[in-house]
Amino acid sequence: MRAVFATGSLRARLVVQLLVVAAVLAVLLYFTVRSTADRAAEATQDAILGAATVSIAEQLRGGDGGVEVDLAYATFSMLGAVGQDRLFYRIDIGGETVTGYDDLPVPDVRPASLAAVFYTTPYLDTRVRIAAVARSIIVDKGPVPVLVLVGQTRQGQAAIADQLANRAGLIGLGFFLLAVPLSLLSAGSVFNPINRLAEAVGRRGPRDLRPVRHPAPSELAPLIGALNGFVARLRGTLSQTETFIAEAAHHIRTPLSTVRSEAEIALRQSTDERTRVRLRSMIRGVEASSRSASQLLDHAMVLYRSDQLEGVAVDLCQITRSLARAFGPTAELREVTLLVEGDAAPLCVLGDALLIESALRNMVDNAIKYSAVETEVRIVLATDAGMVRVEVCDQGRGLSGAGLTELSGRFTRGGNVGDVVGSGLGLTIVTEVAAALGGRFELVERDTGGTCASLFLPQL
Amino acid sequence: MRQFILATAVSLFATMAGAFEVEDERVFGNGPGPEIAVLSTTDTAFFAPLIEAFLVGRPNLRLRYVVASSQEVYRAIHDEGAAFDLVISSAMDLQMKLANDGFAASYASDAVARLPGWARWRDRLFGFALEPVVLLASRRAMVGLEMPRTRRDLIDLLRAHPARFNGRIGTYDPHVSGAGYLFATQDARQTDAFWRLAEVMGRLNARLYCCSGEMINDLVAGDITLAYNVVGSYALSRVKDAPDIVVIEPEDFTVALLRTGFVPVGAGQGALGGALLDFMLSPRGRGLMDTAAGLPPLDQSLLQPYLRPIRLDPGLLVYLDRIKRENFLAEWDAAMTQP
Repeated sequence: MRAVFATGSLRARLVVQLLVVAAVLAVLLYFTVRSTADRAAEATQDAILGAATVSIAEQLRGGDGGVEVDLAYATFSMLGAVGQDRLFYRIDIGGETVTGYDDLPVPDVRPASLAAVFYTTPYLDTRVRIAAVARSIIVDKGPVPVLVLVGQTRQGQAAIADQLANRAGLIGLGFFLLAVPLSLLSAGSVFNPINRLAEAVGRRGPRDLRPVRHPAPSELAPLIGALNGFVARLRGTLSQTETFIAEAAHHIRTPLSTVRSEAEIALRQSTDERTRVRLRSMIRGVEASSRSASQLLDHAMVLYRSDQLEGVAVDLCQITRSLARAFGPTAELREVTLLVEGDAAPLCVLGDALLIESALRNMVDNAIKYSAVETEVRIVLATDAGMVRVEVCDQGRGLSGAGLTELSGRFTRGGNVGDVVGSGLGLTIVTEVAAALGGRFELVERDTGGTCASLFLPQL
Repeated sequence: MRQFILATAVSLFATMAGAFEVEDERVFGNGPGPEIAVLSTTDTAFFAPLIEAFLVGRPNLRLRYVVASSQEVYRAIHDEGAAFDLVISSAMDLQMKLANDGFAASYASDAVARLPGWARWRDRLFGFALEPVVLLASRRAMVGLEMPRTRRDLIDLLRAHPARFNGRIGTYDPHVSGAGYLFATQDARQTDAFWRLAEVMGRLNARLYCCSGEMINDLVAGDITLAYNVVGSYALSRVKDAPDIVVIEPEDFTVALLRTGFVPVGAGQGALGGALLDFMLSPRGRGLMDTAAGLPPLDQSLLQPYLRPIRLDPGLLVYLDRIKRENFLAEWDAAMTQP
C-alpha cells in the first residue's frame, strides 16, 4: 500500500479520497435523515395520539348513575388515517377497566394529569405506542381516578421514515455521482499549477540556470525553494568547471611553452651533438605534451559545451574558409596545397560555433599532418539531402585498413602513424561534435590513396 | 386469551358452550387436492355460482363453504381460533375488529391493490361488494302519496299521515340485529335527522325486526308500507318477483355497506383463500357476483354521488365499545318509546 502511495498517481489518490468522503457523507445523510424523520414522525404522531387520548378523557362525564363514556367516531377514524395503524384503547375508572382492551399494558409511571405519558411496548403480536392520561371525575359525589390509554401501531411512522430515508439515500447517491466529475475537476485544478510549473521549467533552455520565479501556490513554495537551491548549486559547479578548464589550459600550456622555448634556446647554444639530439627529442616530447594538453582541453570543452548545447545559426562556409586561412602557413611549411571548393555563399547549420570549429580544425589538421610533401588537401563544402557536408580529402598514407570505429576511441591512433605527433583524441572530438549536433562523421580511405573525412550536419 | 369487553350480541352467545353455530355447510368440488375452507355470512345459494366458476379452472381443489351469522363468524375466529382460509362477512365492524386485533394475515395481490382506500384496510381486510342500505315502499299502500326521496321527505310524510303509517313502518331492532345496529349508528353519524326520524317512527309504533327477510316478507304481504334500512341485495332479489315494491335510495345520503373478506392468520391454504378473493374482485368474478349472486360488485365508476360507503377504518371500533353501545341503545329506546 505504501508502495502504491509512493509511486501511484496523486490525482487518482485525491479523486479516490474525495469519492470516499462523498460516499461516507451520502451514507451519513441516509442514516441521519432516517433517524431524524423517524423522530419527527414519532413526535407528530405522538401529538395526534396524545390529543386524541386527552379528547377521549375529556369526554368522560361523571354523574350519579356512573360514568358516561363517549368515544368519538371521528377521533378513531383519524387515528387510523396515518398509515392505517391498528388501534387499541383502555379506560380504567377507579382502578377497574370499564371498556376497551383490559390487558393493554399500563405505563410504569402513572400519568398524573391530562399531560400524556408516551411509551412503546409489545402487545398482542406487535409493538404499540401508547399515550396515557389521567384525570378524576366526580361519581356519586366523590372523585374517582380515571386512566385512559390509547395505543396504536406505528407502521405509518416507519413507512414515512423509510420513504424519507430512501429519498435521502437517492439524493446521497446523486451527490455521490455528482462528486465523481466534480472531484475529477477539482483534482485537475489542484494539479494544474504543478503541471504549469513543470512546463515552465521544461521550456527553459539548456543554459538557463536562473532561479525559478514562476507564480505558484504556497504549497509548492518549498518545492520551488528546493529546486532553486539545486539550480544554484548546479550553476556554481558549472562555473567552477569552466574556470577549471580555463585555468588548467593556462597552467599546462604556459609552462610547457616555457620549457619548449628554453629547450630551443639550449639547442641553438649547444654544440655538443649528443646534447642536441637529446634536446630535439625533448622538444618533440614537449610538443606532443602541449598538443595532448590542448586536445584534452578541447575534448573537455566539447563535452562541456555538448551538455550545455544551445543551437544558434552557424555559417559553415565562413568557418571553413577562415580555418583554411589559419592553416595556410602550416600547410605551406609542409609544402601541402590547401584547396577550398564550393560556393562562398553562407551554408548555415544549427549548432555551436566553437564546437564546429574544433571539429573542423581537427579534420584539417589531421589531413595536413598525414599528407606527404607536395600533395593536395582538398576541402569541399556541399549540401546533401538536407545535410551540409564538409569533406576534407588528402593524398596521404591512408588508414591502412583501420575503420572509424577503432580510430574514434579515446587515445586510439592508427597503426601507421608512429612517426607523427598525435594525441589520439582528434577523431574522438570530431565524432562527439557530430553526434552532439545531430549529424554524423565518416572516414573513408580513397582508392587513389589518401583519406576522405566527411562531417555531415543538418542544414538550417 | 385476552378478554375484550365487547358490547355486541357476541356476549349473548358467550355463555353458550361449545363451538360456534353453523347454519349451513357444503363442500364444492371433489378434487384430491387441498381443501379451501371459507367461513361466510352470505347464504350458500348466493355464493354457489361464484364458487363453481372459481373451481372450474382448479379441478383438483375442494371448497368447504360454511355459513354462520356474523356474530358466530366473529366468535369462531376471535375466541375459537377456527381454521379457515377466507373469512367473509357483511358485519364490517366485527371484521374490522378482527383485523385490528391481529387475526387477519397480510395478503397482497394486484387485485386487492387496485381497491380504493376506503374499501380496504392495510393489506389485511378487503371489501368486495358494496350494498346500498335502502328504503323499501309498497306501491299499493302508497297510492296517492309521493314517494319520499330524502329522510326529510320521509319525516314530513310520516308526520303528515300518522294514521296511515301507524304500525306500518318496519326497521331493524338494533338490540338484536348487528347489521341494524351498524346502519343505525352510521345514520346517526351522518345526520341528526336520524334521531327525529327515530322519534317519529317510535310515535307511529314502528315494528322492529331481527332480520331483513321477515321485514321484506311483511312488506310483500302488505302488513307494512315502508321498510327502512334494508340491505340492497336482499331487497333487489325480492323486487324481481314483487313488482309492488319500490326501492328508494335516499338522496340526502345512502349508507353503503361493504362485504369484506380477509385471510386469517394461520390459514392452512391462505394463498388459495386469497386466490378466491382475487377471483371475486376479477372482472369475471364481479360479473358473476352481479348477475348470479345478486351482490353489487365494488365498482367505483357506478357510485352515485349520494352513496356513502362505510369506510374501513378504526372508527368502526367505536360503536363496538360496550359503553358506547349502551349509550346508543339507550338513546334509541328513548326515541322509540314515547311517553
